[in-house]
Amino acid sequence: MSDLDQLYQQVILDHSRRRTGEGLESAGSRHTAENHQYNPTCGDEINVRVSLDEAGDRVESLTWEGDGCSISMASASVLSEMAPGMSMGEFATTVDQFREMLRSRGQIEPDEESLGDAAAFAGVSKFVARVKCAMLAWVAAEEAAKEAAL
Amino acid sequence: MSNSTRQNSPSATGPLDDTKVRSLLQDFPILARQDGEDPLVYLDTGATSQNPSAVLDAERDYYEHSNSAVHRGAHSLAVTATDAFEDARRTVADFVGAAENELVWTSNATEAINLVAYSFSNASAGLGGPEAERFALGPGDEIVTTEAEHHANLIPWQQLAARTGATLRYIPLGEDGLLDEDAAQDIVGPATKVFAFTHVSNVLGSVTDVPRFVRLAKKYDALTVLDACQSVPHMPVDFGDLGVDFAAFSGHKMLGPTGIGALYGRYDLLKSMPPFLTGGSMITKVTMDEAQFMEPPMRFEAGTQRVSQAVALASAVRYLDEIGMENVHAWEAELGRRLAEGVSQIDGVRLLGPAPGTERAGLVSIDVHGVHPHDVGQLLDSKGIAVRVGHHCAQPLHRRLGINASTRASAYLYNTTADVDRFLDALGDVRPFFGLGGASDGERQ
Repeated sequence: MSDLDQLYQQVILDHSRRRTGEGLESAGSRHTAENHQYNPTCGDEINVRVSLDEAGDRVESLTWEGDGCSISMASASVLSEMAPGMSMGEFATTVDQFREMLRSRGQIEPDEESLGDAAAFAGVSKFVARVKCAMLAWVAAEEAAKEAAL
Repeated sequence: MSNSTRQNSPSATGPLDDTKVRSLLQDFPILARQDGEDPLVYLDTGATSQNPSAVLDAERDYYEHSNSAVHRGAHSLAVTATDAFEDARRTVADFVGAAENELVWTSNATEAINLVAYSFSNASAGLGGPEAERFALGPGDEIVTTEAEHHANLIPWQQLAARTGATLRYIPLGEDGLLDEDAAQDIVGPATKVFAFTHVSNVLGSVTDVPRFVRLAKKYDALTVLDACQSVPHMPVDFGDLGVDFAAFSGHKMLGPTGIGALYGRYDLLKSMPPFLTGGSMITKVTMDEAQFMEPPMRFEAGTQRVSQAVALASAVRYLDEIGMENVHAWEAELGRRLAEGVSQIDGVRLLGPAPGTERAGLVSIDVHGVHPHDVGQLLDSKGIAVRVGHHCAQPLHRRLGINASTRASAYLYNTTADVDRFLDALGDVRPFFGLGGASDGERQ
């Protein structure tokens, strides 16, 4: 597979067009927070809203709205599919794992078991200029989740 | 500098065609670079140009044979360095129709425009005495710019307005992708003190009717500031003939190195304008309480100057002169036509700015329906084609066009029609690659 095909895996192309979690859902619980991230170099931006359960220790829903490239939109969509049901600990670990994979410049083989569809973004790590695109929604979600847990 | 003639000679001169451009390519080592399967097609000159060996040699030659502090020190080497520096100034001034004392070295065009804005600001604070009053702004005064500006010709004016209480207004872009000249007649008026506009849009490639805007400004005694970053490298430009008061351009967009640019200012204006940056090299007499300043251009050149870059830029200018700017302009007009017509024929691709057939520089910016510019750029890059993606430092213009970002291909004298065709071919593959067919497909974005 060429680098380009690794970057634009079918999973990513599919998610970028048929998006999960697009459109901010109204707050389900008191543990709800929103975070906005903006990439000034390309103008991509995203708003991610995270709701936790009543106890504040499990992700209930993750929705978003944004404008950006296929990589940033697909990564938001994948995250939105994966996150609900995760405990706060699992969520944090998954985000860390995703970040580590993206920063590895192609050196880390993704753990498909734990990353699921997000493993498809391994090819992005070879394109340093695009790592920020893939991380945009995840950074917003990480911040929103922290705030929601307060 | 004894062998500068040999060093500066381009491998082809006269009217350009594909054959001659292919000869010129041997002057640009970097353009032989190849990262993947395909040789590099460099279509990002609008952002920065590549350097011929002559320019690189001139900079090295300066350091090997002439390097010293300019305008200070009495030893022979200092004289050699000063001669090289001032010879460079004459060469570049000549190239843009300026007298040598009308050309101020800056780091780039952004600094040149900021220099003007901050000097006006200083005049507004009362510096420079009565003769600087004509540069002073305050509440009730207006600064006019346009919706098509690069941020470098917008934000310095926003800031100047904020510091002085003046009002910033702008000439909108019309539906035809050109500045609305009728609106300009209404907006520029008795309150206008400064009228700042671009010569060639770095996004749209459209060309401003400069004499017309200058006439309008003169009617109200407004000072004109021209952003000439995308014109000086690509066409014959004579600031004296154009009649502008100030103009800015950058060396790295015209075969020169980074770190050097210039401000043109009419001498009578520079002479009465207070300095922006102050310190060494720009003074005559200094006491603990105050200082007197040199005449222009040195009044505006505080601190150690960019000597090797100035010398290298002069070398770039000689290289361009030998080919002939009319020839550069004619060739790029042909490439621009080919680009504009070519992209217009691709399904789902929208040409931004004026339609094919309207005068344009050798560049196009496009919106590919359903595909983000970063994804367009990525696909082109995988085929060896370097273009610019993003907002090109013109967010308000993109907002006006209803988009956040675009893809821009910008050509120079080292591009062939084959380069343009490779870009067009690759562009035709973009939407199919992302699973989009006809123009109506791809509802996303």
